[in-house]
Amino acid sequence: MARQVSTRRKLAFTALAWIVALILFFPILWTILTSFKTEQEAIASPPMIIPSWTIENYIEVQIRSDYFRHFFNSVWISVGSTLIALLIAIPSAWAMAFTPTPRTKDVLMWMLSTKMMPAVGVLVPMYLIFRDTGALDTVWGLTIVLTLINLPIVIWMLYTYFREIPVDILEAARMDGAILWKELVYVLVPMAVPGIASTLLLNVILAWNEAFWTINLTASKAAPLTAFISSFSSPQGLFWAKLSAASTLAIAPILVLGWLSQKQLVRGLTFGAVK
Amino acid sequence: MGSITLEHVHKSFGGHPVIPDASLQIEDGEFVVFVGPSGCGKSTLLRLIAGLEDTTSGIIRLDGEDVTDQGPASRGLAMVFQSYALYPHMTVRQNIGFPLKMANTDKATAERKVADAARVLNLTDYLDRKPRELSGGQRQRVAIGRAIVRQPKAFLFDEPLSNLDAALRVNMRIEITELHQQLKTTMVYVTHDQVEAMTMADKIVVLNAGRIEQVGSPMELYRNPANKFVAGFIGSPRMNFLEGPAADKYRAATIGVRPEHMRISRESGEWAGRVGVAEHLGSDTFFHIHVDGAGMQTVRTEGEKDFAPGDPVWLSPDPSHIYRFDQSGLALR
Ligand SMILES: Nc1ncnc2c1ncn2[C@@H]1O[C@H](COP(=O)(O)OP(=O)(O)O)[C@@H](O)[C@H]1O
Ligand SMILES: [Mg+2]
Repeated sequence: MARQVSTRRKLAFTALAWIVALILFFPILWTILTSFKTEQEAIASPPMIIPSWTIENYIEVQIRSDYFRHFFNSVWISVGSTLIALLIAIPSAWAMAFTPTPRTKDVLMWMLSTKMMPAVGVLVPMYLIFRDTGALDTVWGLTIVLTLINLPIVIWMLYTYFREIPVDILEAARMDGAILWKELVYVLVPMAVPGIASTLLLNVILAWNEAFWTINLTASKAAPLTAFISSFSSPQGLFWAKLSAASTLAIAPILVLGWLSQKQLVRGLTFGAVK
Repeated sequence: MGSITLEHVHKSFGGHPVIPDASLQIEDGEFVVFVGPSGCGKSTLLRLIAGLEDTTSGIIRLDGEDVTDQGPASRGLAMVFQSYALYPHMTVRQNIGFPLKMANTDKATAERKVADAARVLNLTDYLDRKPRELSGGQRQRVAIGRAIVRQPKAFLFDEPLSNLDAALRVNMRIEITELHQQLKTTMVYVTHDQVEAMTMADKIVVLNAGRIEQVGSPMELYRNPANKFVAGFIGSPRMNFLEGPAADKYRAATIGVRPEHMRISRESGEWAGRVGVAEHLGSDTFFHIHVDGAGMQTVRTEGEKDFAPGDPVWLSPDPSHIYRFDQSGLALR
């Protein structure tokens, strides 16, 4: 009896999980379907579910603006900013995790609080700084901005991972003659590889999807895929099918990356709470 | 060479003094044991010597050289941690070789030294395993291997055996003592177990609440404890203490009699009492006696004795082995 109930509950949960997953996934699915429709089909009412599987939109999109240029800009910006952020965050998180002071918690909260400010609040000063330093529409300029924007999250994540590492082991390294950088490179980082990997993946995704600064601080040269998508919702009016094709192209790489690294990502998103 | 000198070392954690004022001389080649109850500051004192903690004030010297402001990496000491603190991502070979790698030892020499250490510690067959694939005793050996591989000025041990089971602990105790006899390098060993202290040390440092109570060889501490604390801490089973009229007779506030210096008899003696619990160890028997007006006292007798619980008995101290203490607990001579 008890068993049956639990089986039924399991079924109910499974069904519920599938429904939630479908609801969450539906916009992406619809985007992908729409990208294979003609523009007429895309705006048809009632909506058509099965597209005519045309690849017209993809060809059009590639002709109108070079997908691969944007793709590589996205790669540079997201990977570059993540690597720089890690380089800064590893020593910072090390210091806060292993030699905490009474103020460490405050510093961490302060860093996180910078994420709570609406970005548009500093748009004008940022824009002026970028204009005056010649950083507008450059890949390195965006890399710096995204490094700074994601740094608090990267430090927080690494901090929570590092705190799980027994300090004894770092002390053993010091006794064994490891000076600071050797302690970090030979002991801390290899031990924290799973945590660093999740942090890296999550941050690449955050940077890849970041749309506010990447759109506002670029024109064409350094525009990543976010700007590429938004360029299809512009002056000449909306072209749903082409917009969908552009979106599909833009999210495809990150979708594949996310799918391949599910495990690491779940650990990353739950800040190490799930083992 | 590896002499260690502490001069008025003081250590506070956030204003709370843990080591008020410690001065100590450790000679090259000595096996010194810091012993004391849990929380008395043994680890802190060891970590100050290691350089893992900064002194609040005072001077630490290695071979006469002031190293107070040097970090642990440059002091040339090796440490074995209670938790072993092996590098989980490295094999046994890499763990033992790590100090050599840090010292930029050339590959061939390093390999030879790791192989030598592994042979001494019976780890040759495990060199390619990761620490998690080893038993507690083997992990302990790896930690020791990592310490001996680069000939440090001194070894520091922080309760290295406390995570091992009793039988293994006795074996490792002997192995560490043998290691010291072979290497003749200074060893500073922290433990809360007075048996380890008595059996291993050339010199015991008894600590209590951050203070050095007494320094001396095991037999000095056993024969001439400077105060009640040392008298009670060194020796097993613990020394019996008697106060009041029993002590007045000897012109002392408290007298101490070790269980092995207490005579038990059915007929006559100094103090009357009743037999409580008997602990039979085979070679010895410990009787816990309820003495009228003086509480529970322990007697150690050789072999088997047939006193049953509840039997009325008499206790009397061996007159040549009575320790006398004044009101403040200091030994009277
Ligand atoms: N990092 C620290 N911060 C604050 N207090 C500490 C720290 N390390 C040790 N203590 C305190 O110092 C005292 C002695 O600790 P410890 O040296 O570890 O004792 P033992 O090794 O003899 O058991 C304890 O009361 C402990 O709480
Ligand atoms: Mg301790």
